Amino acid sequence: MANWFKRTSDNLEGSKKRELPEGLWVNCKSCEAVLYAKKLERNYYICPECGHHMRLSSESYITLLTDEGTWKPFEEGMKSQDPLDFRDSKKYTDRIAASMKKTGRNEAVQVGEANLDGHEIVLAVMDFSFLGGSVGSVVGEKISRAIDRAIQKKRSLIIISCSGGMRMQEGVISLMQMAKTSARLTRLAKEKLPFISVLTDPTTGGTTASYSMLGDLNLAEPEALIGFAGPRVIKQTIGQDLPEGFQRSEFLVDHGFIDQVVPRLELKQRIAEFLLLLTAKSPSFKSVSSSSEKEGGSTSED
Amino acid sequence: MNKFVFDFEKPIVELENKIQEMHELAADGKVDISTEIDQLEEKAEKLRDEVYSNLNRWQRVQIARHPRRPYTLDYIERITDSFQELHGDRLYRDDRAIVAGLATIDSVPLAIIGHQKGRGTKLNIFRNFGMPHPEGYRKALRVMKLAEKFGLPIVTLIDTPGAWPGLGAEERGQAEAIARNLFEMSTLRVPIISVVIGEGGSGGALALGVTDRIIMLEYSVYSVITPEGCASILYRDANLANKAAEALRITPTDLQELEIIDEIIDEPVGGAHHDWDFVASNVKKSIICKLEELKKIDIDELIEERIDKYGNIGFFDED
Ligand SMILES: [Zn+2]
Repeated sequence: MANWFKRTSDNLEGSKKRELPEGLWVNCKSCEAVLYAKKLERNYYICPECGHHMRLSSESYITLLTDEGTWKPFEEGMKSQDPLDFRDSKKYTDRIAASMKKTGRNEAVQVGEANLDGHEIVLAVMDFSFLGGSVGSVVGEKISRAIDRAIQKKRSLIIISCSGGMRMQEGVISLMQMAKTSARLTRLAKEKLPFISVLTDPTTGGTTASYSMLGDLNLAEPEALIGFAGPRVIKQTIGQDLPEGFQRSEFLVDHGFIDQVVPRLELKQRIAEFLLLLTAKSPSFKSVSSSSEKEGGSTSED
Repeated sequence: MNKFVFDFEKPIVELENKIQEMHELAADGKVDISTEIDQLEEKAEKLRDEVYSNLNRWQRVQIARHPRRPYTLDYIERITDSFQELHGDRLYRDDRAIVAGLATIDSVPLAIIGHQKGRGTKLNIFRNFGMPHPEGYRKALRVMKLAEKFGLPIVTLIDTPGAWPGLGAEERGQAEAIARNLFEMSTLRVPIISVVIGEGGSGGALALGVTDRIIMLEYSVYSVITPEGCASILYRDANLANKAAEALRITPTDLQELEIIDEIIDEPVGGAHHDWDFVASNVKKSIICKLEELKKIDIDELIEERIDKYGNIGFFDED
């Protein structure tokens, strides 16, 4: 499940290029238009020519989705350890240090409280530029604490995923973060607090196979790569080219795993609309759900 | 039985063959070489101890994948009084890479679910190498829900290289199926135990592995990625799997040190393939013991403990 690390690290270079000094011109990979980087940034990295959604930093998602001045991050100081004393061509600790330096952040997810169009939410935004958005102990813990915070403050939870999967350098500990986050989400569900999962390009491996797929609503940005196995591995397995559009957002809508494809610039409004519906709590219907709660929840009726 | 000999086992097998020859020689009764035989047997014993107690992690992976290693149905045959297999996920089809059913162990009724590998090419294809599609995980969940409804504890046996990476698997939501199992298993209102009997391959293994107790057999492995996969990504060379296996820390002892698993079950010297009955009886004892233990815990408490068990896994610094 961490197989896509290699492929995603190729993309990493793409995102690095886009962050290079001002005045740089950027090529849209989709329509090959030459775009002025500053303008592209102001457009949240959506190609003005063809609408192609390029990768966006966690900061920009926070700006895009939260009401001004409401973002209150927590657990910003949390940092990875190196429990396995892992080294490949580089030491894991060096990789972490390099990513911290490059991104100015401590890990691949930011979590915080915020308002979204007036709705009080807890928001978690993953960042691909930090080790391919891979999930290790810190990401698992921060997502878990975001869930706890949502429960504690009775807020809705929004997670923006962008991840190549579990982080190999923490071995089976990262694998267990899948169970950790998924299990924790049951507590949020028990409190009947909404969880909206937004999948962006790419969301693959164990990230998809845990919290990213467990939203009350699963939304995706256009043409995002979303899947369990990476395209390269599947291609190897079946020994032929993959069909056009395979594992893209629209494909997942067709096959029943994503509720809607939502263009980036419409995300905030759409999420607000859903939150309004999910938290409306019409009093006459509310009593129905709370009486079935007393039956003990998740047994045969489910 | 000895058709599959690993390189590291060759000196042992050579010695064993020699002892065999001498036994045949001695059978004639013409020469008395019993002292020599005794000496050689002692030497073989010592060599076995030496080799098997110093296996590196990659060698352990080989043993976990040994083609003569007992699989889920081999255990079911040995540890249950009776077993009724249940087929299908009620949604799409029956996935033969996972076996699920109802059984009794020492008259205790329960559900057993496990990955199933096949022995030989034909059976391996039939079982898809123990690599499930989404419908396998959905069948597993259906049977778990059935067990929950009727108050039966659940035992899962884990043995897969991973979830199947194919077109159909992705179309039918491999990721969703695995995620759903992780979510649902964590609040099942019955005790649940997992035993890693061979390969604990990544998310495809974990999808049967969210349990109150996690047990591993002595020569099993549990990993976020296969050593080959890790090597080809991080070292750009699948042949460096031995190096990756060391780095990934995938043995039961590793996982015990990382405080992830609860128990290690002994295997015969050299691995379970040397004595299926012995290891099956150890597995049975362990399951019975763990179920007794879990029976005493209030179910609401057990569920909270289960969620926290996984919640506590992780290493990080705060500020
Ligand atoms: Zn374009």
